[in-house]
Amino acid sequence: MIELKNICYSVIEDGKEKQILKDINLQFEENTITAITGHNGSGKSTLIKLLMAIASPSSGKIFYNGKDITNLDTSYRANNGFTIAFQQPVKFKGLTVKDLINVASRKNNKVKDACQYLAEVGLCARNYLDRPLDDTLSGGELKRIELAIALAKGGEVFLFDEPEAGIDLWSFEGLISIFQKLKNKTVIIVSHQRKILEIADNIVILNANDSPIQGKAKTMIKQLESKNICYKLSGGKNE
Amino acid sequence: MNKIDKDLLEQISNLHGVPQGSFNIRKNGQALKRKSTSEIEILPKPDKSGIDIIVKPNVKNRSVHIPVIITVGGFNDLVYNDFYIGENAEVSIIAGCGIHNSANETSQHDGIHSFHLEKGCKVKYIEKHLGLGKEGVGKILNPTTNIVMEESSEFEMETYQLGGVTYSNRITKAKIKDNAKLLVTEKILTTNTQTAITHFTANLVGKNASVNIVSRSVAKDNSKQKFISNVIGNNECFGHVECDGIILNNAVIESTPKIVAKDVNASLVHEAAIGKIAGEQITKLMTLGLNKDEAEELIIKGFLK
Repeated sequence: MIELKNICYSVIEDGKEKQILKDINLQFEENTITAITGHNGSGKSTLIKLLMAIASPSSGKIFYNGKDITNLDTSYRANNGFTIAFQQPVKFKGLTVKDLINVASRKNNKVKDACQYLAEVGLCARNYLDRPLDDTLSGGELKRIELAIALAKGGEVFLFDEPEAGIDLWSFEGLISIFQKLKNKTVIIVSHQRKILEIADNIVILNANDSPIQGKAKTMIKQLESKNICYKLSGGKNE
Repeated sequence: MNKIDKDLLEQISNLHGVPQGSFNIRKNGQALKRKSTSEIEILPKPDKSGIDIIVKPNVKNRSVHIPVIITVGGFNDLVYNDFYIGENAEVSIIAGCGIHNSANETSQHDGIHSFHLEKGCKVKYIEKHLGLGKEGVGKILNPTTNIVMEESSEFEMETYQLGGVTYSNRITKAKIKDNAKLLVTEKILTTNTQTAITHFTANLVGKNASVNIVSRSVAKDNSKQKFISNVIGNNECFGHVECDGIILNNAVIESTPKIVAKDVNASLVHEAAIGKIAGEQITKLMTLGLNKDEAEELIIKGFLK
């Protein structure tokens, strides 16, 4: 289980302190999918970065299975079960898809094995393994490869930051089935997509001016609809 | 050949023993081994140090290895190699020079290579440069490559300097005629106080002539690199120069990509970017379990691959 206790995060903008996350208390249970949603600027991506130690909280503590991991770095978390797929995949000049899959899975994969990860995200694997992760790939391709790398890495805690953005050419069902296969892990997904919220066990609504609301997905979706604060919950556009 | 010779040859030309086909292995200024074939002839120059490599017209899918190794200190080697590539021939040429210097005096190799490409031929030319042995002792390599490309010929050049060379001045000049195509990929790594200088001059004289130069360099410690390119479009032609550099520590990379259009239909582009390793790349690899040093090493390895 992951616990966030009194997490605050602020940045300095134009010489003034700007609070992004204020006194956040949340729990993410094992064997559950939690969707995090909320307005632009409510701190969703920041929360994911804090979980992966890409950013450090200004105050508060993060616990994983009872252990305080607040000050443990990204490599430590990666080597202890935390896996992330970024909203904006990082590009590399020279490193290929296969290089990243090998690093992620900590082994020199045979072509057949590396292909499996790509097939899971709907890519014809042999066409991609030797391609560099650079501008020669489209945004949608990079996004799907980002997911494949996360799957190749494996782990116990999966963090997905807007995984649906840019995957328009791939079936949504493919993405959903990836999350369903991870049901026995701790899965945290930042999303606005109704279909993703619907497969979640829990939903967290972040609100820049108030404490987050966490609850069972069915209840939370009704609440979102009734308050008509469902941003783009209609299932159409992404943020 | 002793172990040092074999190691050098393996690293500069991937040779594990005597190659197939035509070859010339030069060690400390002398021909160590040489073989000509009826398709690719290798002849020593009568008047000066070097060889003529003559590829007959229409020869297909053949390779020729001409590595140079220097294993002593205080040695200056100057060599002139001329390549005559016949019409419609298709050939790979694997050159390169390795210096293993364990003495106290500098060793130097200046290789002047001139390519004469006849119509319709295709050449892939690979040269790797390497310095091994005692730290801080001069291992200097100055390769010069002159290329004259007749109609519809193609020249693909890959040049690598991946460590240990204390100073290099790499000069490449090409004259590119109608429909001829030149592709150059350069990858250079410098460390300590090494200096690497590159000069490219591509003269696009023919209609639909094209050149694409891609330079990737990594400079670490207190090393210095200078990249100067000059692409001149004299006709309806295409030229592209891309220079990417990563600097670490106190290193310096200077890039001067010059393009000169002398014809309204010349299309010339240059791009240059120099900077440290992007922080987001290190972060990404750390999310896969690498530490910062491992991440940097992998990024550089990929960049220079």
